[in-house]
Amino acid sequence: MDEITLIEAVNRALAWALNTDPDVILIGEDIGKNGGVFRATIGLQERFGAGRVRDTPLSENLIAGMSVGMASMGLKPVAEIQFMGFMYAAFDQIISHASRLRHRTRGRLTCPLVIRSPYGAGIHAPEHHSESTEALFAHIPGLRVVIPSSPLKAYGLLLAAIQDKDPVIFLEPSRIYRLFKQVVPDNGETLPLDTCFISREGKDISLVSWGASLRETLEAATQLSTQGIEAEVIDVATIKPLDMETILASVSKTGRCVIVHEAVKTLGVGAEIAARLAEEGLMSLLAPIKRVTGYDTVVPLSRLEHCYIPSVERIIGAVHETMTFS
Amino acid sequence: MQGDTTNIPTQVVKQFEITYTQCLQADGTALALPHFANPDHLKRLYSALTHTRLFDAKAIALQRTGKMGTYPSVLGQEAIGVGIGAAMSPADVLCPYYRELGAQLWRGVKMAEILAYWGGDERGNDFSATRQDFPICVPIASQTLHAVGVATALQYRKIPQAVVTVIGDGGTSRGDFYEAMNLAGVWQLPVVFVINNNGWAISVPSAEQTHAETFAQKSIAAGIMGEQVDGNDVIAVQYAVERALNKAKMGGGPSVIEAITHRMGDHTTADDARRYRDESVWKAYQALDPILRLKTYLVGQQLWDEVQEQSCKDKCTAEIALAVAEYESMQPMPVSSIFTHLYANLPSDCQKQIDDAVKWYG
Repeated sequence: MDEITLIEAVNRALAWALNTDPDVILIGEDIGKNGGVFRATIGLQERFGAGRVRDTPLSENLIAGMSVGMASMGLKPVAEIQFMGFMYAAFDQIISHASRLRHRTRGRLTCPLVIRSPYGAGIHAPEHHSESTEALFAHIPGLRVVIPSSPLKAYGLLLAAIQDKDPVIFLEPSRIYRLFKQVVPDNGETLPLDTCFISREGKDISLVSWGASLRETLEAATQLSTQGIEAEVIDVATIKPLDMETILASVSKTGRCVIVHEAVKTLGVGAEIAARLAEEGLMSLLAPIKRVTGYDTVVPLSRLEHCYIPSVERIIGAVHETMTFS
Repeated sequence: MQGDTTNIPTQVVKQFEITYTQCLQADGTALALPHFANPDHLKRLYSALTHTRLFDAKAIALQRTGKMGTYPSVLGQEAIGVGIGAAMSPADVLCPYYRELGAQLWRGVKMAEILAYWGGDERGNDFSATRQDFPICVPIASQTLHAVGVATALQYRKIPQAVVTVIGDGGTSRGDFYEAMNLAGVWQLPVVFVINNNGWAISVPSAEQTHAETFAQKSIAAGIMGEQVDGNDVIAVQYAVERALNKAKMGGGPSVIEAITHRMGDHTTADDARRYRDESVWKAYQALDPILRLKTYLVGQQLWDEVQEQSCKDKCTAEIALAVAEYESMQPMPVSSIFTHLYANLPSDCQKQIDDAVKWYG
């Protein structure tokens, strides 16, 4: 079977959803003939028609707001926001409406929508195209925030997000859109939401990450193994709501934890995970929790963005500090 | 000659006009009446206006006596809501802001539900009728985007119904309104935008919202027909909304209707309009009262008298009293209910917080 990239897996999942559920409608900017600026929707309008794959006027707030109305009628809008940096214009609709329509009507009206967006740094993009602000959405009750780390995860998690009965913010790390390939069977099988995945088993330390950073985290684990340190790597995948059970179980086994994410450190999702470990797993810790994250700055333009994204070396450095703590 | 601009040719490429429709003048004189204006229907409209005003007064009284939370009065603007309600068919969808009391009551939203909502209970939004209607919308203008989404769903499913969304004059300053009109124009969606121009956005008069001479003309940029109606003339409101709905259902696309009215009360019970509005303005509004003019007309046509008036008011008052009793007897939901409808399937991560809430608040 052929191997495909993450962006091809997204396309494949969207095609499966369009083909199997007439309520699924794709909306976004340039997603029709153009197939999306990253080509996530390439060929889909041609195959399913302009009624199912719709270019909207250029307004992210419109896309989010109309999705709420469509979803209230039982459709399943899957909206593309061209870059995460443009999602802020849609904040009011996502926070004030999508996340709480079910709650404020006591379940009378619901909001089964997916908002997909490429996110993260590392593709030498212009300003406002490299944001990792997933924590802004993870803060909001009623939302799910899902971040795939591979083609397989993208396919299974995106299908699960589309089938979910509530709003899902689905953030696709643009840095790994085409970085590696996997065999992804086109069988419509979903992966579970609200669940962390153990990407590598180990007994000495738990490395917790998601999205593109999982790549560097796994590479660090491979290198650490040659040094005799067996790291367990957890792919959080759904950062809201958090599957703390899996993380706590891992840390109770290893006694050590390093959290790796590309977003800024202060009040990042890593802060929540660390706080929960302190609240519920402190006694199993043998060393302080460390975080390897983007710095508390604006994400730099292309010349310095490699200094911002957590590197394999920084992760290994943090692991060494944690392992030698006494 | 170079630099001489007097002979550079320009020509008019497009002209626009905004019409104004009125059926019943402020003194109760009818100019012309549409087909639906038979005596029974006019009396039904009048009863609905009366009912809305009496309920509104009761809601304010409940707030003033500490039995309900902040409430936005519709005093003086009842004709817009009632006219919209009368124009819509039950399967149409309403995306209101928060002064559509008359429309909601006409469409079957229960008074006890409305009181429950303003009394701080989300069950008030779980309407027993009109299950597809949106609840009232607090973030200004954002409801117009829901309306175009609902209209997209109707159009996609080929359902011959339409959406009515209402926005205030202040709301038309927000981008959501332009974004919604723009999409409705491009996709020719079955949606009617009603601008409730009551002259005020809390304390800011409509002249400070826009330099445009009419709010209706804001539709022109979206390629949509805009018109004005007398918003204190319930017959004109129903006529204009019904016509726009019929057009939408025939595939004729969206419309924008600016209904001109006057906010006779405060913005909400938390507001005091005396801080920014002269008393004389309020007195001028009274002369334009939407209920008074229909009554004058009906009495003049010998369709209404004081006996009927009293009987109508007694009936409304009795129904309102029953609704208030139902509201006051509503027990608060258990604390765990704040989690119940957060998600279809509650994440296991929430369970500890539920246990904590139950421990402290039972």
